[in-house]
Parts: sequence; structure tokens; C-alpha cells
Amino acid sequence: MNELPETGLILNLALAVGFLLVTVAVLLSLWRLLIGPDQPDRILALDTLYVNTVALLVLLDIKLASSLYFEAALLIALFGFVGTVALAKFLTRGDIIE
Amino acid sequence: MTTELTTLLVEIFVALLILIGAGFTLLGSFGLVRLRDLYERLHTPTKATTLGVGSLLIASAVFFTWREPGVSLHEVLVAVFLFITAPVSAHLIAKAALHQRSPSRSGLPPETLLEKHDGHGAKPRPDAETKQKPSQPG
Amino acid sequence: MKTLFPHPILSLMLLGLWLLLVNSISPGQILLGALLAWLIPLYTARFWTAQIHIRRPLLLLKLTGTVLVDILTANIAVARLILGPRAHIQPGFIRMPLRVKGNVSVSLLANIITLTPGTLSASLSPDRSELIIHALQGNEPEAIIADIRERYEQPLLDALEQT
Repeated sequence: MNELPETGLILNLALAVGFLLVTVAVLLSLWRLLIGPDQPDRILALDTLYVNTVALLVLLDIKLASSLYFEAALLIALFGFVGTVALAKFLTRGDIIE
Repeated sequence: MTTELTTLLVEIFVALLILIGAGFTLLGSFGLVRLRDLYERLHTPTKATTLGVGSLLIASAVFFTWREPGVSLHEVLVAVFLFITAPVSAHLIAKAALHQRSPSRSGLPPETLLEKHDGHGAKPRPDAETKQKPSQPG
Repeated sequence: MKTLFPHPILSLMLLGLWLLLVNSISPGQILLGALLAWLIPLYTARFWTAQIHIRRPLLLLKLTGTVLVDILTANIAVARLILGPRAHIQPGFIRMPLRVKGNVSVSLLANIITLTPGTLSASLSPDRSELIIHALQGNEPEAIIADIRERYEQPLLDALEQT
């Protein structure tokens, strides 16, 4: 790590702003998750929440200059989608595996 | 071109992509809170968030390609995956909401059409039982 | 040939997916990826009932370009609607009879409708003959349907389905 040049000032500034914006996005999604008012609304909030989490992990990867969290981001994207599909299907069919 | 200049240009490019990406991600969630009914809200996260996270992933790909030896493209995988799945999730949530007759500001499509779309095998709506009760002989 | 490679497009996609996943194009990984791309379609052949026949690949490529540009405009348009006064949003449901029939083309069209400006495919009828679309500016349903027909449905029909 030490032999590589440090990430510059501009990039660090952009990363700080990026973290701030995405964190606010996470909070807004959580707010929608809390106030509902309907089940589909909450599923939509969860769906947005996991996409926001992927964004946070990508930012963290750039910040730490390692692709350590890439697999985590990929897995969250995969399981988040499966979760959304299962929940939405449960609402329409009353069952997930038919 | 000197290496310092290249470094600066790449840095500015990545920084711009990060700002655009984070901005659109925030916009998607902001729409989730601001818009007034479920069907309107469905529009924003699917569109804004895919572009937002897409830009962030491109930023990451450019950053790692520039920083480390070799080309780093596996971020494209997540971006493509999100682009394929976002409309599918939105469609399924909308279908579930229509099935539950989730209220819409502009009014729902006619009931006969919705019943046709429910199809057979769908779970009865939560309010279906209460509607049938008055018809029972007291 | 048909039995050894039941789904050539799927095989190519799997190879690409593998190389992206391991993030390398070393000969060893290409060999391993090729092996997986050959074996996985062979063992999962019974899941893939629909065969895709791409009749006009160039047209499909052009459609992809149109859709990518439209996604960008969609985002800017939606951003304006979110940040602008909420009275500008006059949502409505639109019923659109479908002309595409195949599994692949219907799902592609539904996804494209969701990704492009102001429209969201909300429900597909069980017989796949019509879509319910929710539009953020739903006061001119005919114009929206005509637009979708011309830009996306017609190219899909020409590129993927027998006429």
C-alpha cells in the first residue's frame, strides 16, 4: 500500500461529498420504510435501500483503494433482488414457491 | 503529456463521476419520500438509482484501471446486473400493489381489467372477505 | 453441433460473465470459463425452453443504443419532475395492447418501458396480450403508446420475431 501514491485532494473531497449524499439517501429510504404506509411501499423502500448499500460499498472500495468489498456489493445486489422478488410474489400469490 | 497532468485529469474525471453518481442516488431516495402515491414513487428509485450506482461503478472501474496494473472491469458486472433487475423488481412491486388495489391519486384502472390481470391462482385480496360478508343471510 | 452446444448465446454470455467475475483474461481462466460455458448449458438444457432467434443483430444493436440514450434523458426528466413543483405530475394508467408475442420480446419490451422516460410497466395480463402502463404524464395516452410502438416495439418485432 505504501509504495502507491496517496489519493489526491480532489478525489478525497469528492469521496467525502459522495459519502454524505449516499448516507442521506439511506436515511430517506429508511424513513419511507418506517412510515409505509403500505406493504408494497415498504418493499420498494427495502429495494432502494439495498441499491444504496451497493453504492456505499463501491465508495468504500475507492476510498480504501482495495477491491475487498466488491464481492460483498455483488452479493448484496444478488440477494437484494431475490428478496424483493420473493416479497412481491408473496403479496400477489400468497406463496413463494408454488 | 506529463504523468502529473494525466493523474490530475483522471482524478477529476473520477471525482465528477462520483458526484454525479451520488447525486442521482440521493435523488432516487428523495423522490421516494417526496412523491405522493406508490405508483409515482416506483418511477424514481428504478431510474435514478440505476444511473447513480452505474456512474459510481464506472468511477470505480476507471479508478482501479488507472491505479493498478491491468484492466479492472468486474464492476461492470454489478452495473449490468442492477440494470437488468431494477425494472423487474419495479414491475413485480407494481403488480403486487395493483393486486392489493393500493390507492392511486389518479384512480386505478377499471375493476374488470384488474380482475383479468389478477389471473387464476392469485391470493384473494385482503378486503375480499369483508366485501362478501353483507351478502350472507343474517 | 446442436446437442453439444444447445445454446450458443448463453454459452458466450457465461464465458463473458466468468471472465468479468474473476477480473482476468489469463489463458487459464479463459480455458476454465470455456469449460463452464460448455458444461452449464449442457446440464441445464431442460430449463431453457425458449430459443432466441436474432434475425437482425444490427437492428438490435441500434435499439440498445436508443435505449441507453433514452435512459439518460429519462433520468434528467425524472430529476426535473422530482425537484420541480409536484402539480406538474399528472399520473395515469394506460392500457397498451401488445403486438410482440414471444417470451423474450415481451419481457424486453416491458423492461425497456420501465427504464425509459416517465413510463413504468405495471402489469402484464396472464395471456400476454396487453400491458398496464403507469405514466407520470398520463394525459396523452395515445401519444405515449404511439411513441413506444415506434421506438421500441417495432424494432423488437423486426429483430426477434417472425413476421
